Amino acid sequence: MSAFDATAVYDPDRRGRDRRYMPEHAADELLSKRIIVGYGFWIFLLSDIIMFSAFFATYAVLVGATAGGPSGRELFNLPNVAVETACLLLSSFTCGLASIGARMRRGSWFYGAMMATGLLGAAFLGIEVHEFQGMVAQGAGPTRSAFLSAFFTLVGCHGLHVTAGLLWLLTMVAQVFAKGYRADILRRILCFSLFWHTLDIIWVALFTVVYLMGAAR
Amino acid sequence: MSRSDQESDWPYPDTAPGDEHVDGHDIAEGVGSYLVGLALATLLTVVAFFVSGTTLVWEPSIPVALVVLAIAQMGVHLVFFLHITSGPDNINNVMALAFGVLIVLLLLAGSFWIMAHLNHNMMPMDQIMQMQR
Repeated sequence: MSAFDATAVYDPDRRGRDRRYMPEHAADELLSKRIIVGYGFWIFLLSDIIMFSAFFATYAVLVGATAGGPSGRELFNLPNVAVETACLLLSSFTCGLASIGARMRRGSWFYGAMMATGLLGAAFLGIEVHEFQGMVAQGAGPTRSAFLSAFFTLVGCHGLHVTAGLLWLLTMVAQVFAKGYRADILRRILCFSLFWHTLDIIWVALFTVVYLMGAAR
Repeated sequence: MSRSDQESDWPYPDTAPGDEHVDGHDIAEGVGSYLVGLALATLLTVVAFFVSGTTLVWEPSIPVALVVLAIAQMGVHLVFFLHITSGPDNINNVMALAFGVLIVLLLLAGSFWIMAHLNHNMMPMDQIMQMQR
């Protein structure tokens, strides 16, 4: 039955929807909430990526404006950056494992992978903060030159995103701990994992444009 | 499992079809996808770090190689970590991504273009400094 049948009796389905207005198997054709939520959050992530591209453009324009101060070649420590990259990439992987663990409702898997993700993210942040402290201590803080202002804005903005992601990670663990693997919480975990993976994508652009190209320059 | 079975044994009414079908096959597939993504991303990262410091290739080609490697790695992340694929459920995501890429390219190319010309047309900085004295 696909067209409205006036003679049929109103017989709502479990959610109160009028079956007379629904084509057969309509429920199977509805987009899953999971897909819709993922789409909406993806739109937000794309807007975040566009914001980062503005910071990248600023950095690229100002990279030569060192005002007689140190350039990236003198400041950047590539082995450090390699460790940071490894931390973030591995945390992206464990974050994926955590989302699988959550969908399976397997606590040991979910909590273990989330803890690994959090620790790797914290290690990344620690290395970054240490790097920033070292630069400020040697007089290469954000006020030294336009290049360094752009550098701290771009890399610091990514670091703030990672900080926010870590807080979000803790709240997701707490939500699962307190409320279990409810459908809405699983969708929040989906959004969190999308966010975390996107931070890694931005880091790929960051270590390439800022660190590798800066050190080679 | 039919739709009615799912409705009767699923305790949370706030779910939609397709939400909760995770079986062993899906898990193996999911973990496999993340493993492939991790391997490819690691490979591309290692190559990028190696290329940045090498003297084996013609030096002006290094930035180009780095950009190509970075774009490839972003693609790997999108496909294997974010699961942006060409499947029917993903058309909206791909369209949004295409629009985002368009905006990013316009923003970057426009900034470089305008700022390069601005620098070109501007009075040299030492002359501006002299005028301010």
